[in-house]
Amino acid sequence: MPQDCPAISIRDVSKSFGPIVANKNITFDVMPGTIHGIIGENGAGKSTLMSILYGYYRADTGDIAINGQPVQIANSQAAIAAGIGMVFQHFKLIDTFTVLENVLLGAEGGRVLRGAMADARTSLEALSRDYGLEIDQDALVSDIGVGMQQRVEILKALYRNAEILILDEPTGVLTPKEADQLFAILKRLRDEGKTTILITHKLREIMDITDTVSVMRRGEIIDTLPTSGCTPQKLAELMVGRKVMMQVDKAVAKPGPAVLQVKGLSVTDERGVQRVKSISFDVKAGEILGIAGVSGNGQSEVLEVLGGCSAAQGDITLNGDALPLKGRGSDAASRRVAGIGHIPEDRHRDALIMNHTAWENIAFGYHRSPKFRRHGMLMNDAAIQADTAAKMERFDVRPRDPYLAAKNFSGGNQQKLVVAREIENNPDLLLVGQPTRGVDIGAIEFIHQQIIALRDQGKAILLVSVELDEILALTDRVIVMFDGEIMGERQTAQTNANELGLLMAGMRQEAA
Amino acid sequence: MFALPKWADIVFVPMLSLLSAAVISALFVAAIGENPWLAAKVMVNGAFGSSYAWGYTLYYTTNFIFTGLAVAVAFQARIFNIGGEGQAMLGGLGVALVCLYIPWPHWSLALVVSSIGAAAFGALWALGPAYLQAKRGSHIVITTIMTNFVAAGLLNYLLIGPIKGEGMAPATAKFPETTSLPSLADLLAPIGIPFSAQSPVNITFLVALVSAFSVWVLIWKTRLGYEIRCFGQSVRAAQYAGISASKITIVAMMISGGLAGLMAINNVMGEAESLVLNAVEGAGFIGIAVALMGRSHPMGVVLAAVLFGALYQGGAELALQSNIPRDMIIVIQALVIIFTGALNNMMRAPVEFAWFMLRGPQTRGTKD
Amino acid sequence: MDITALFDLAVLDGAIRFAVPLLLACLAGLFSERAGVVDIGLEGKMLMAAFMSASAAYVTGSAWVGMLAGVAGAVALSLLHGLASITFRGNQLISGVAINFFGAGVTVVAAQSWFAQGGRTPQLSGAARFETLNWPGALTKIREINDAPLVMRIYSELISGHSIITYLAVLTVPATWWILYRTRFGLRLRAVGENPAAVDTAGISVVRLRYSAVIICGILCGVAGAYLATSLQAGFTRDMTAGRGYIALAALIFAKWRPWHALGATVLFGYLQALSLRPDVVERIATIRVQGQLLDVLPYLLTILILAGLIGRAIPPRAAGEPYVKGQ
Repeated sequence: MPQDCPAISIRDVSKSFGPIVANKNITFDVMPGTIHGIIGENGAGKSTLMSILYGYYRADTGDIAINGQPVQIANSQAAIAAGIGMVFQHFKLIDTFTVLENVLLGAEGGRVLRGAMADARTSLEALSRDYGLEIDQDALVSDIGVGMQQRVEILKALYRNAEILILDEPTGVLTPKEADQLFAILKRLRDEGKTTILITHKLREIMDITDTVSVMRRGEIIDTLPTSGCTPQKLAELMVGRKVMMQVDKAVAKPGPAVLQVKGLSVTDERGVQRVKSISFDVKAGEILGIAGVSGNGQSEVLEVLGGCSAAQGDITLNGDALPLKGRGSDAASRRVAGIGHIPEDRHRDALIMNHTAWENIAFGYHRSPKFRRHGMLMNDAAIQADTAAKMERFDVRPRDPYLAAKNFSGGNQQKLVVAREIENNPDLLLVGQPTRGVDIGAIEFIHQQIIALRDQGKAILLVSVELDEILALTDRVIVMFDGEIMGERQTAQTNANELGLLMAGMRQEAA
Repeated sequence: MFALPKWADIVFVPMLSLLSAAVISALFVAAIGENPWLAAKVMVNGAFGSSYAWGYTLYYTTNFIFTGLAVAVAFQARIFNIGGEGQAMLGGLGVALVCLYIPWPHWSLALVVSSIGAAAFGALWALGPAYLQAKRGSHIVITTIMTNFVAAGLLNYLLIGPIKGEGMAPATAKFPETTSLPSLADLLAPIGIPFSAQSPVNITFLVALVSAFSVWVLIWKTRLGYEIRCFGQSVRAAQYAGISASKITIVAMMISGGLAGLMAINNVMGEAESLVLNAVEGAGFIGIAVALMGRSHPMGVVLAAVLFGALYQGGAELALQSNIPRDMIIVIQALVIIFTGALNNMMRAPVEFAWFMLRGPQTRGTKD
Repeated sequence: MDITALFDLAVLDGAIRFAVPLLLACLAGLFSERAGVVDIGLEGKMLMAAFMSASAAYVTGSAWVGMLAGVAGAVALSLLHGLASITFRGNQLISGVAINFFGAGVTVVAAQSWFAQGGRTPQLSGAARFETLNWPGALTKIREINDAPLVMRIYSELISGHSIITYLAVLTVPATWWILYRTRFGLRLRAVGENPAAVDTAGISVVRLRYSAVIICGILCGVAGAYLATSLQAGFTRDMTAGRGYIALAALIFAKWRPWHALGATVLFGYLQALSLRPDVVERIATIRVQGQLLDVLPYLLTILILAGLIGRAIPPRAAGEPYVKGQ
């Protein structure tokens, strides 16, 4: 094939979901044998675009050409036939199947499995050797780690003879070390002549590995340029459309006595796997303690246990009073009464009832508090509505309509409702999980300011975030979790992304 | 896809569903060689043609308000209680025990205590499946169906044995005169409205309306109702808010069972005045159609119950005057459940599309 | 207490007879739920099939034609369930319940309209019923059987002398196992019940797979219904399934969605049903007299007990009951 013919050529592709425009007039080329990055904030439309390329969604308008040939990608089957393979952000694997069965699915090569299985085993062995993708073919997917699961996904694509590989936010679930291994694999694929599209919102990854990069913002491609000719600052500006402040203005913390003390906390999940392994820490009044770590290393469980959403073993005290970890008094309602506010990691799933109005959601979790109670068993709707209107004013929630259903607010405004509810209840300890996930830049700054203001009132704050930038900008002290254990503790002012990254990978010695 | 205003969702979608069910039913009637138009006329006349017809329609309506509310309350907590049939049977047992074994000076006292007995027996019968769902995760649809069969077996046993009255039929003795409830005719006479004294509609109809209002207050105005609604929307979020899943499951199911049980003061105490075999006559199941049709809202349930009351009475009349058996009502009931419940999305699409064409796109809502 | 009464040959024979429709329905549910479609409507489909097969067998005089008609009726309801739960992503429980009511109502109305015998079909006889197959050398006369040695009695009463559907039903178990674990279709079927998104992104149609599963479910329900009306009994009667569809679902949970275990679970339920018809045997076992009406509820009570988790935790296919929506 001629060297000047793009491996992928996308022209004027648009896609809407009902009234919402996800992609608008997308046009760019990717040359064969290169790694092309697509960068943009959450919600910029990157994943939708790649789903169109993989036939998972259909574009409303536009043309796609592969190696110069126009193609109609009506479904994933067509994408596979065109030589496209995709590794989704959330892996598409069957937990109860073995690695081999997962690779085989959809490419069985015959109606009866016998024979096909043996053939697949041999060619899979060859593939994993050629590309350095180490796997255990007979392990159940539920028993292997995320790193290997991702390798299985890549092998699935290669087994189907993919020449073009799309990876959607592949490092979100990886430790920095695993991410480096992945990048080594991607370079090897490039050397073999494969074309890779890497979707990410992390500037560092774009700078480290891509040859060319397209920047997406609000469903549009803002620019496509060679990576060698750009700087992280320039990319960041293109991404958000204005100068970004990586630094949050805050005074030096004045930590007081410990508000929360955690001793020997262990969490075992329903499958019997120990997710948190006897950890101890405390959070002091007037400080923000961050828990850093790659997602899935036990941080979420810590937050859930403290918020009263799941049971655990160990001892925790709040202002010196012991809080039960299972049975009576360990539920979320008791935690709120004790003085713990909780902004959970997944607001759609946990923090809001999407079909209920804003005012009903402002009472959510506090519906038994005296201020929202009328005589007897009745709720005081009028008081809640007035309270909601006031909170919307103070937190600049738009539109200011207490009667609008939660699902009709934007991500940032939904999060403001949650933050308003949890902060304004004046907790002694505020649990905060991924406060700015899926939130626009303006709302991020506002939410960060609110959290710092609460700290300056002398409250204790525990922040869990997988975004190192957020940890570094917001916290006063940070502990790093890896595989359910605490790898280390640092004063935020005296550490850096590099050191925390090593701890997140479980490398205590190297970091010391 | 297209945002539909709430009132259009409440009015147009069920209307279209009902129309579809009616059309299919008509085709079915035609297929078995009867004239659907004539059949419809017979049914409407049989349900509304006289105060006697109205009396029967409202009698059935009363039953269906109770069972419809029962299913609706459970639906609010996203629990599917198809045990209304068995719970209503047990409610009947509660009423029979209260009326037969306690001497009552006046019907009003008997009504109050019978209501408590009916609700308590219904609630207790719902407790088992509720507890198993809450604590063991047992599939409540299957367990409630099983408890229906068990209830039928139990009553079968009791009515030919321990509580059987005199005579051949498997039934209890006739309840004492002092437990006889005033009919609607008795209630309307003092204010000068003549009403058929032969029809079985009685004061329970008013109890049903009061129950519907109480359920509305419970679901939309109390903290318990708020918790039930939140739990029904999202189990995960409810846990985050400190709402106990097992408590809500058990409480909502017991309220549901209690409402189904309450039906017995209508059919057992108000009409039969003794407990007979198969007294519920499928009303528990019709409650599912009523709740779906009424969108689990008490007001909707009352309206849907009137509709089904009319269908039931009209269907009975039809069975007398034609070769269409009374089971036709079960077919209609199934069609209503299919269209308003299972195929709701199919029914909604054309309404939403029509709305979209008339009003233009709504720009609310976001998508990541 | 008389332990040997537990193994009363007549009761065991009854257990097999009663297990057949449960087994077929259970495997029907297995295909459907393994593909991620929960089917509460087994009951209604069996009822429809029972009525259709009895009617067609009566009119044509052929049990086989009857079975085809029964299968057609059940598959039609399966497609309705598919339309509601696969195409329109409706609530699968509600759809199943509606199908049960539809089956219960339509059969009686149609039976009354066609045959005017109070909602039942006329008695079937001769070739309109499935005859029993007597194996070579098997004794057929009751007196001969009673006098024969135990092995011969078992051979004659339990192994031989069932209708062809019984033997087909037993063969369906290894067939199901083979399809599920040894074929491409089975691999995909199991996959779509666990994670439909994985199937979709592997380039396989989720909708087609699930419809296939739902149709197989209909076919098996059809055979089960035909067995009820043309083999176990001689015609259709109102509500003749008597909750078997629900019991089959409980057996499916008991079997943890595995074919061979389904055989064991349904034979157990069949045994209880057979036992509930024999108060005399129960009296020999329990040494007290139990009312017949109370015995009737035995299978239902066992169903509840099994669902209450006497068996330990049963984990259904992960995507069961969830409509598949792209991008979630």
